[in-house]
Amino acid sequence: MDAIMLQEKLVERLLCPRVRTARQKEKQYVGFATLPNQVHRKSVKKGFDFTLMVAGESGMGKSTLVNSLFLTDLYKDRKLLNAEERINQTVEIIKHTVDIEEKGVKLKLTIVDTPGFGDAVNNNDWKPITDYIDQQFEQYFRDESGLNRKNIQDNRVHCCLYFIPPFGHGLRPVDVEFMKALHEKVNIIPLIAKADCLTPNEIKKLKDRIREEIDKFGIKVYQFPECDSDEDEEFKQLDKELKECTPFAVIGSNTVVEARGQRVRGRLYPWGIVEVENQSHCDFVKLRNMLIRSHMHDLKDVTCDVHYENYRAQCIQEMTSKLAQDNRMESPIPILPLSTPDAETEKLIKMKDEELKRMQEMLNKMQQQMHDKD
Amino acid sequence: NEEKRNLSLGGHVGFDSLPDQLVSKSVTQGFCFNILCVGETGIGKSTLMNTLFNTMFENEEASHYQNGVYLRPRTYDLQESNVHLKLTIVDTVGFGDQINKDDSYKPIVDYIDTQFENYLQEELKIKRSLFNYHDTRIHICLYFIAPTGHSLKSLDLVTMKKLDSKVNIIPIIAKADTISKSELHKFKIKIMSELVSNGVQIYQFPTDDEAVSEINASMNAHLPFAVVGSVEEVKVGNKTVRARQYPWGVVQVENESHCDFVKLREMLIRVNMEDLREQTHARHYELYRRCKLEEMGFKDTDPDSQPFSLQETYEAKRKEFLGDLQRKEEEMRQMFVNKVKETESELKEKERELHDKFEQLKRMHQEEKRKVEEKRRDLEEEMNAFNRKKVAAETLSLSQPLKKDKDKKKSVKMENQSGVTASSSKVMMAKANVEPLNCQSWWQAIQCCTCLVHNAAWRPAGLF
Repeated sequence: MDAIMLQEKLVERLLCPRVRTARQKEKQYVGFATLPNQVHRKSVKKGFDFTLMVAGESGMGKSTLVNSLFLTDLYKDRKLLNAEERINQTVEIIKHTVDIEEKGVKLKLTIVDTPGFGDAVNNNDWKPITDYIDQQFEQYFRDESGLNRKNIQDNRVHCCLYFIPPFGHGLRPVDVEFMKALHEKVNIIPLIAKADCLTPNEIKKLKDRIREEIDKFGIKVYQFPECDSDEDEEFKQLDKELKECTPFAVIGSNTVVEARGQRVRGRLYPWGIVEVENQSHCDFVKLRNMLIRSHMHDLKDVTCDVHYENYRAQCIQEMTSKLAQDNRMESPIPILPLSTPDAETEKLIKMKDEELKRMQEMLNKMQQQMHDKD
Repeated sequence: NEEKRNLSLGGHVGFDSLPDQLVSKSVTQGFCFNILCVGETGIGKSTLMNTLFNTMFENEEASHYQNGVYLRPRTYDLQESNVHLKLTIVDTVGFGDQINKDDSYKPIVDYIDTQFENYLQEELKIKRSLFNYHDTRIHICLYFIAPTGHSLKSLDLVTMKKLDSKVNIIPIIAKADTISKSELHKFKIKIMSELVSNGVQIYQFPTDDEAVSEINASMNAHLPFAVVGSVEEVKVGNKTVRARQYPWGVVQVENESHCDFVKLREMLIRVNMEDLREQTHARHYELYRRCKLEEMGFKDTDPDSQPFSLQETYEAKRKEFLGDLQRKEEEMRQMFVNKVKETESELKEKERELHDKFEQLKRMHQEEKRKVEEKRRDLEEEMNAFNRKKVAAETLSLSQPLKKDKDKKKSVKMENQSGVTASSSKVMMAKANVEPLNCQSWWQAIQCCTCLVHNAAWRPAGLF
């Protein structure tokens, strides 16, 4: 079976809610089975948004890939810097926001670019990137905690595509450090860029190597959700293949060429034509299907439910511990460690108690004596 | 660096599957819906629920003799094709039965607020899991109006006014098979005009979505829905339908010319269920949350129009709270110290008093002792004196013959006391040692030698 057809089937399976039980008799039909349709309708009306970050050295083909993914030209009139201009280049954050629509579904797509990453001679500073991600979380946290929550804009970064150069033997220290700095803040999808300089065997070796190193260094990249256990074997097989294909080796192109009688996106070389959308040439189609057609919403969910919640919990804990510290320094009576003053007061209390008891006894004795005398 | 542009796509990208992805996820998660039924006992709430959802939810008949209104929530898991629905039906038991119905609305309002509060608490937690939180907020309140044919009851108006800002209300006319078509028309108009003139905001089916705006608009004109509920099946023609069998005919529940049941089902379940959930979350819950947070002192902007951060507000509140705590601690400490001082001084007082009393008693005791001593000495002296006299008397009697008692007594009386000499006392003493006397007075005894000799009793000190 054709790989593309299989892929399409996979996408279909992932998307259609499956009928588990037979539909009941018409007259007993209540009607809440239309709920999914109601949800569908409302979501189309509301529209969607997605923020994608691309990170990697200059010249890895990030912009080209984004254009290929979304079949549009986001990067008009870009200015590329020379080497000398880049010696002390710091990392910048540039956002491009576009509204795209397809079959009635509106998507507000934001691409966060990180020019300057890996450009300078000393590349130890990707703080602007982590700061940007944190800022978006913080902004959302404030909005969410405010009184008027009608129009909250979600600018949180839902996914980060990290481009690994194909020229080496695996992950370089800067790759490892960068991914470790981000893996708990954003969903990282590592990609092997410019894969048209590697033969299939080389690609396989490199992928295995990278996967190994990711495990070794404990980097938490985005995991595809497990498919249900009651799916059929074919589907499970597809799913397994997809997972073993990571990291995807991708090729992008801004040009359309003629190949096999069709006009396709590709790169023209003297020795042949590399087709972007040909599954045997590269994993571009897999990436596109995964990123856009089947897991876009899941990426948003994981950002919302996992990364954002972690950030929020951390933030609140920092706030409370900071306050406790401040208070300890300001007030003479420590708020948190209440044990010491209590022990002292307790002793005092005990002493007073005993004194009281003694006095009571003396009183009693005297009273007794009086009675006896009388 | 934010330029938003509209771009056209060069081909099929594929994000048109986004709604399907969302749907797939929510189907896996399952849906949740909560209905509140408010109406008098026996008006047909349970029957209508059974009819709507085609299920016999377990229900015993409610009694009319409840002390007050209380709410009874029950949760059921329903499934239709591949959609799972967690349905909660909240019944108001005892509504309208009490003689004094002033506070009937309170338990209802409290219940709704509690569900909002629970959600808010979950939202404010540090570690929270909103995606699998069982949402118990009421999405729709079906208000059952009794089919009097005239107008709303005062209880209805009061209750709906209290609920309209907290929950989506759909008023329905219950047991509509007692009202004829013309009466129904007038009744509906009257009810709607009363609601409007009293500013009660009932739920309007949304008309902003082109797909459903037409049907929703037309349904809005049919409010309040006049419904008939039944779970019994009656054969009509060659079909078996749910209906109520009367001697004069059969009222079919799903016949649109008989009642508005189908309209209610269509609106409530098949078209607007999701919108009801959204309205509850986006409007009613947000209103509750805003009021609650404002109460707690959170503000969105300060006088200089700088947005307050949650952190700052939190810090400020916390400082205030801790300051209060400190002050209270100080107060308590002071109170404690004062109390201790008081008790101490009291006890010291008492101690002193006791000492004084003790001293006093001691003195008294000593006084008495002294007196007793004195008397004893006196007594001893007298005893000694008496003894001497006795001895003297004895020595006297030894040297004189004994006379008869009578005579002696007489002579004793006549004789001079001063006749007693030292020698007679010696005699007396000797005699006393030998025999006791029984004279009343030792003076007599001294005079009466025979007594000295014969009589036995000798009475000392007690004489005085």
